[in-house]
Amino acid sequence: MNKPDDQGRFEAENRREAEAADEYSRGLTPPEEEVPPGLITWYGGIHRAFDLRVKGASLMGPGIFWLLIFLAVPATGLIVLSLAQRGSFGEIQWVFSLENYKRLIGYGLFGWTPDHLIILGRSLLVGLITTILCLVLAYPLTFYIATRSPKVRTWLLFLLMVPFWTNVVVRTYAWLLILSPQLPPAQLAGFMGLIQPGTPLYPGSFATYLGMVSTFLPFMALPLYSSVERLNWELLEAARDLYASRIQVFTQAILPQTRPGLTVGVIVTFVPAMAMFVVTDLLGGSRYMLIGNLIQQQFGQSRDWPFGAALCLALMLLTMIGLMLYRRWGDLDGNGSGHGERK
Amino acid sequence: MTGQIELGLLVAQVQKSFGSHKALKGVDLEVRKGEFFTLLGPSGCGKTTLLRIIAGLELPDSGHVFLGGKDITRLPAAKRQVNTVFQSYALFPHLNIFENVAFGLKARQVSLPEVRKRVAEKLEMLGLDGLEKRYPHQLSGGQKQRVALARALVNEPDILLLDEPMSALDAHLRAQVQEDLRRLQRTIGQTFILVTHDQDEAMVVSDRLAVMKDGLVEQVGAPRDVYSKPRNKFVAEFLGAANIIQARRDGGRVVTDFGSFDLSSAPQWDEGTLAIRPEHIQLSDAPNGDPNWVQAKVREAIYRGQSLDLWLDPGPVRVRTHAKGRLAPGDQVSLFFPPEDLVALDKAE
Amino acid sequence: MNKKRPIVAVVAIASLIFLYIPSVAVAVFSVNNAKYGLTWKGFTWKWYEMLFQNEIILEAALNSLFVALVSTAVATLLGTALALGLDRFPWPRRLGKVMDLLVHLPVVTPDIILAAALVVTFSVLRNISSSFDMGMLTLVLGHITFQISFVTLVVRSRLASLGRDIDEAARDLYASGTYLFFRVTLPLLMPGILAGAMLAFTLSLDDFIISFFTHGPDSVTLPIYIYSSVRRGISPEIHALSTLVMLATVILVIVAERVSRFRKE
Repeated sequence: MNKPDDQGRFEAENRREAEAADEYSRGLTPPEEEVPPGLITWYGGIHRAFDLRVKGASLMGPGIFWLLIFLAVPATGLIVLSLAQRGSFGEIQWVFSLENYKRLIGYGLFGWTPDHLIILGRSLLVGLITTILCLVLAYPLTFYIATRSPKVRTWLLFLLMVPFWTNVVVRTYAWLLILSPQLPPAQLAGFMGLIQPGTPLYPGSFATYLGMVSTFLPFMALPLYSSVERLNWELLEAARDLYASRIQVFTQAILPQTRPGLTVGVIVTFVPAMAMFVVTDLLGGSRYMLIGNLIQQQFGQSRDWPFGAALCLALMLLTMIGLMLYRRWGDLDGNGSGHGERK
Repeated sequence: MTGQIELGLLVAQVQKSFGSHKALKGVDLEVRKGEFFTLLGPSGCGKTTLLRIIAGLELPDSGHVFLGGKDITRLPAAKRQVNTVFQSYALFPHLNIFENVAFGLKARQVSLPEVRKRVAEKLEMLGLDGLEKRYPHQLSGGQKQRVALARALVNEPDILLLDEPMSALDAHLRAQVQEDLRRLQRTIGQTFILVTHDQDEAMVVSDRLAVMKDGLVEQVGAPRDVYSKPRNKFVAEFLGAANIIQARRDGGRVVTDFGSFDLSSAPQWDEGTLAIRPEHIQLSDAPNGDPNWVQAKVREAIYRGQSLDLWLDPGPVRVRTHAKGRLAPGDQVSLFFPPEDLVALDKAE
Repeated sequence: MNKKRPIVAVVAIASLIFLYIPSVAVAVFSVNNAKYGLTWKGFTWKWYEMLFQNEIILEAALNSLFVALVSTAVATLLGTALALGLDRFPWPRRLGKVMDLLVHLPVVTPDIILAAALVVTFSVLRNISSSFDMGMLTLVLGHITFQISFVTLVVRSRLASLGRDIDEAARDLYASGTYLFFRVTLPLLMPGILAGAMLAFTLSLDDFIISFFTHGPDSVTLPIYIYSSVRRGISPEIHALSTLVMLATVILVIVAERVSRFRKE
């Protein structure tokens, strides 16, 4: 192509362009006015926003309605219920007072006792200790699984999934069996003078934590694994080269990178552990009564629903406080090092 | 049909905002039937938004889009004779290649024998025959891209839109695919509109291109014209290396720090900037007294394989010459600035 | 680096063994020929035979299965629709957040509170109809309530991973809304729906607390049966039953694994 030819082509095109534009302006579809505000593009279609919302609401409707009727409304109802009183035959007397909350913090017929507060505190403590124990075991476990060959990894994960799904009643019951007096663990403990010979290893704190950890370890390990699997191993090596100290490798390189899985793990362990009632009921005995057992009593034998409702609210409050504290801690730490966010 | 001008695509005064961000600030554009047109610009210039408006995937806040003389501004994508090759290709992962390509035809209830015929045709044309039963995740990047092309082209759209179709490909594959794409378009003669931020790609494939910046079209024209006659500094620099030279007008000539020059078209300003491509400056050892010859000294020489870049004093001026030249810093050179290659730029607003 | 850390391997393997001690112990005792006590008296299948002659246990197993099937079917339907409605429609941000909270509520609330709330609901509904007396209906309703959320969350994460451009490509290729839904959205969503349903089914079979609060005399499920028998005292039949429940879990996990592997393809 040489220059003048190109120039000619350019001008001819310009002329054609002008003519074409002229053609448009004459006698073609009259341009419509501005797009009406209700019209939007959505996933490749053009719709009226109103129509979309009607359709969306009709899809969501049944599910949302269900959750409102069976969950949101009754949960709110618990607040009202917690202000009522138990009648002499377990019926509900709609006399509103803060009596149940007074009872909760210990003021009863016979003056002040710390019984209920101890149960609340114990629930928190058991939740906390269970979470920490699970954490301590879950890190080595997930690291071990993540560093195996893909085939072995699939198998180990499968091994972790099965207890996750095994019924808690079945598993707790299994511990009862193992800790019974005829079997070696209890006999050994008896021999060493830790317990009366011929008695089982339950009820007690040892049995309780055994049951709790075996129940919740998979809850902690599975979410944690999803983070450990994606860990940047080079960063760990770098950290090891730079810091040398194992604790620093953990806090500076591992912890920030595994925070997402850790957060999920802590929440799904702590919340149900605190409210646990099967394990403590079967393995803990009366000395290991948690708030879950207390609630169950109110809705069961005692038929004191209003007090049960007040306990539920207290448990919800404990849960929220726990989660909030954890989030606060997580945020502070996250801002401090910030490796995790950069990924 | 003879004698009638074939109507292509006309974009008139199109504006679009996302929240407070104005993506398009009144764009006018005409794309002729059968041409390969490119929307070129840096990211965030609004080119993809414009493409999506043409595709019917986005509604403009104001303005209109005409296709073949009809206002299609509010016609949904599903009713436009316009098909798109998405940046991610967006192949249907659950359908095999045949079903992917047949999707558009089946959606319009084309008879099955006809679907088979047309799909087979397009698969063959794009060298995909034999892959009918494969699934997208079993294909290479280049194959995926061709499936996306086949899937769109099988519908024989009035316009084929391509949204950065090369961005997912390896660099070494890209040059090859660009040439293939250009050849394909010339063969089938359909209108293609490509969106890209890569000026080389735009040069290779386009009949005409539009350079966009901040929601406005800066310049439209054939690649050669836009490259050698940039309208302003942005276009000059976006399309490749350019010397931007401060100058003022003095009678028929312009005066710069290192000499005065004749221009083939006189500037509109009294004081402003000139542009010239480094490879358009001619180099010689001996001056010949022509008015556009100047003397300079080599400050720095950069070997680039296929060319040699010289930074000159007085400057800053870059000259691109044959790599065979053996020039070293300190050497004296004479330069010729061809009047037709010296372009007076519009003043920036 | 951990290959050089024996302590990591030791703790990991010990933890895994620890997780399996209870299951293995129960399985062993389920074939132990001793009515009382736990000393090994030889191998027997008789506890399993007795188990299959025990009509109460069979009924409990049927109840568990029935509740799981019905509640999963309903929850999958409602949860999938809810996920579609939440994810694929232009809700104002604030409304979206409120809905989000509502959907997450059953997941973050301790089961026992959910159970208490359900007990209260049913006692109110009982004033309308006696079919809300604790029994099969209340049990199913209770299970659906927590299942919906899990199905919704699973399906929704799948929806989010599908992205917008697949839909746009389908529209661009002349698909009508119905065609798009049945030819693209639904098939692509199916693995998510199946995974959600599997999760719901397993959660229902596994549930104890909510069942414990909302069941009636005619709707005792396996976990409830085991719990009440344990309170009465351990018996070899329960070992056998527990072993079978664990085996069922293993099978379910394998099936779920297959489903999720299919999803990845």
